Amino acid sequence: MQHKVIDTKDVVIRFAGDSGDGMQLTGSLFADMSAIYGNGLSTFPDYPAEIRAPQGTVSGVSGFQVHIGSEDVSTPGDYCDLLVAMNPAALWANAKWCKPTAMILIDVDSFDENGLRKAGFKTDNPFEELRVEDRAIIAAPISTLTMESLKDSGLARKAILKCKNMFTLGMACYIYSRPMEYIYAYLEKKFAKKHPEVIAPNKKVLDDGFNYAANIQAIPNTYVVEPSPKKKGTYRNITGNQATAWGLLAASEKSGLPLFCGSYPITPATGILEELAIHKSLGAKTLQAEDEIAGICTAIGASFAGNLAATTTSGPGLSLKAEALGLAAMTELPLVVVDVQRAGPSTGIPTKTEQTDLTQAIYGRNGECPIPVVAPHSPAHCFDAAFYASKMALEHMTPVILLSEGFIGNGSEPWRIPSMADYPEIKPPFARGVLPEGERFHPFDRDPETLVRRWAVPGQAGYEHRVGGLEKNHSGAISSDPQNHALMTKERQDRIEKIADSIPPVKVIGEQKGKLLVVGWGGTYGHILSAVNKVIEDGGKIGYAHFDNIFPLPKNTREVLLSFEKVLVCELNVRQFASWLESRVPEANIVYYNKVQGQPFLVTELVEEIKKQMED
Amino acid sequence: MANLTFKDFKSDQQVRWCPGCGDHAVLSALQRALPKVSQALGYAKERYVVVSGIGCSSRLTYYMDTYGFHSIHGRATAISTGIKVANPTLTVWQACGDGDALAIGGNHFIHAIRRNIDINVILFNNQIYGLTKGQYSPTSKFGAITKTSPYGTVEHPFNPGSLVLGAKGTFFARSLDVELHLSEEIMTQAALHDGCSVMEMLTNCVIFNDGAHKDLSDPEVRADRTIVLRHGEKMLFGKDHNKGLVLQGMGIKAVTIGEGGYTIDDILVHDAHTDNMGIHMMLADMKGPGLPVALGVIRDVKDITYDDGVRDQVKDVMLKSNIHCVDDLLHSGSTWEVE
Repeated sequence: MQHKVIDTKDVVIRFAGDSGDGMQLTGSLFADMSAIYGNGLSTFPDYPAEIRAPQGTVSGVSGFQVHIGSEDVSTPGDYCDLLVAMNPAALWANAKWCKPTAMILIDVDSFDENGLRKAGFKTDNPFEELRVEDRAIIAAPISTLTMESLKDSGLARKAILKCKNMFTLGMACYIYSRPMEYIYAYLEKKFAKKHPEVIAPNKKVLDDGFNYAANIQAIPNTYVVEPSPKKKGTYRNITGNQATAWGLLAASEKSGLPLFCGSYPITPATGILEELAIHKSLGAKTLQAEDEIAGICTAIGASFAGNLAATTTSGPGLSLKAEALGLAAMTELPLVVVDVQRAGPSTGIPTKTEQTDLTQAIYGRNGECPIPVVAPHSPAHCFDAAFYASKMALEHMTPVILLSEGFIGNGSEPWRIPSMADYPEIKPPFARGVLPEGERFHPFDRDPETLVRRWAVPGQAGYEHRVGGLEKNHSGAISSDPQNHALMTKERQDRIEKIADSIPPVKVIGEQKGKLLVVGWGGTYGHILSAVNKVIEDGGKIGYAHFDNIFPLPKNTREVLLSFEKVLVCELNVRQFASWLESRVPEANIVYYNKVQGQPFLVTELVEEIKKQMED
Repeated sequence: MANLTFKDFKSDQQVRWCPGCGDHAVLSALQRALPKVSQALGYAKERYVVVSGIGCSSRLTYYMDTYGFHSIHGRATAISTGIKVANPTLTVWQACGDGDALAIGGNHFIHAIRRNIDINVILFNNQIYGLTKGQYSPTSKFGAITKTSPYGTVEHPFNPGSLVLGAKGTFFARSLDVELHLSEEIMTQAALHDGCSVMEMLTNCVIFNDGAHKDLSDPEVRADRTIVLRHGEKMLFGKDHNKGLVLQGMGIKAVTIGEGGYTIDDILVHDAHTDNMGIHMMLADMKGPGLPVALGVIRDVKDITYDDGVRDQVKDVMLKSNIHCVDDLLHSGSTWEVE
């Protein structure tokens, strides 16, 4: 076979195996190494809810997709160029994601009678059954070779088999001409303290995998993906959950207020609490609460006491927090509520992504209870989104809901590290000065422009006052007077609407007016952008507006929507943002494209839909 | 700091509890206790925060001229926890009822005790839901006839004392609404206690559960059916101060001095500071007939508090870490340069 080295613009690799096979680590290592090499990068972990589902079954398959490019990449890719399947179940679950030109790398040792039956194959030829027999199949005895590689290592059989993911990674590194130094350094750092004895074996297996791939002649081609030309600067790889945590810490620094986070563990939001728990050196206090309600209530208490307060959760947790969110709105206290959305309703599919909490975020409380809603659009953007959500909360004295998604919370991308000097100061409206003798602080007196009340923090002499869930008048006294209730209701609504004065206008990519405007919000940005670019490349005359601010909407929303004959709203739910836009701009001609499968959009399906809408 | 008085803690809001409600006396005791606490500990008025949930007793927040947070049903303990962790220099008082703290808020209640967060919880126990007009609560007596139990309840009540001690509480005290001075005394001791202090106030609801604690509070019987425990003092009670508690077998027994061969030397001396949870549990559980209900500070022991733990850990990590600002954080771990 003639071996070729092919220069390519981008490749997608999908690592899949049993949830104990270490595929998340293998994928992350491949991603981090590629990021440091300078490739454009996007990742997508696709793992089961069970920690260790029955071994070898389809329900236990854990996957990690990496998209690397010689230019920026904005999605983890629809279909893969290389599928690594560590067992038959992984092949069964993932063969559908293979491009027609894909290679499939399997650990042939696990493709025995038992393995095939467990995965649900009826014949002995799984490739034919899945109709991928025409792909380039690399059947490597990975388990056997790993055992062989480490037979003199002194490690137990079980420990040796745990290293087979490194053998696979070595093979992938050969196929995509990856520099291995990064992985060596990673292994040394990770195991230096606790398990120095496994560093050398892991390196050996990695090298043996690489050499094996180079020697077998079974691999048709190898590929080079050059680093992407990037803006000068220092870069790092970052996940959305990590960026969210860091954005909150940045807001704490810029406001001079300690950060308090009260949360209850829930997938896929837990990573934010875990990340904050590490960074106590920046003064962050984390409280792992007894339940979701305690999470938000401790945060509300911390806010009353003058901290920058946050609580993090996912859909079902947001439902549990609803009553307390009303309390935060009623008492007009700053609070950031992060909802990393997952497939619902109820427990739904905890590890899969969706955008189905939008309506809950906007409306999901008793009474007239407006609360701003913002949404990050990529893993790295979570940093800015969390920072500006905190700024909005603190300067406008309101709870703010930050609607992240499992897809971007767990996904990662390279990020040009910003300088904190480039971020604005955050200035909460603190009540200051000594009150004149006999005068009392009125907690709900408002700034005439912004309608924001002042914040008097316990410990400040002369400003003793009471807040609570009962309706009050401006002075802070309980009031059930009908006219007062009407006035306070209007003020609470107006003050949130006025936040629109301080948010940037929504930008339109491509045509600024015309026939079709594509609209998205939140974590679908990368996919929609890729699809829109493809359509434009093909000569399509369309515009694309992506909304980071959901409520209030940017002030130019009406103008933008009405500049197009038709508005196509693409989202991972059933018309939630489309309905919201319709309620705000009823004259707009809104059509919609929805997907509720617990999976992100595919660029191909979006391109097809956009083209269809252009013709209609 | 000027000496604070009763009046400094009275807000300008009209007190709207029913005439004869036991809550008036608890409010009054608190307004009398806080000036003494301030005197003893040097606390300025602005350091006090009063937190409450929902229910008749939770209105107390509005009647105290301090920083106050009247929150939502059951959640006062979580709000108090957040306030104290955010700013440990504040002194947090919480008012909550038996339905509020033990039913809808039961989870927060036991976890605050488990963590030993330094807050002072006044638990108003009138054994009824008053604000919703007369349904049974988790402390209503077995068989209680109420609007939602017209044929009598078929559930066992909580004894708040056993619940607190079962969660390894570090401070538990009990008083009766009519025992104003005792209430003031235990509030002062609760303030001096570092950790989660729970004070159960047995209060009367004149409208929906009148006479809730009549069998204890009636002047005729009070001395014989209750015992006021004070650390280091003999466990004596009775109209003639001639009854006492002794240990017998696995339990506590009430005896009369001079009868059955018992002398004053046989009577137990109360030790509120002992780690021995067993004796405190027995004291908290005592009830008639046969045994008096224990009032006063039953348990008051030292342990690490949650708020101190959080603060110390943050300080400790700050000293050890090399990440001191967000710019440091952003550049920590693996990064790479693009020229």
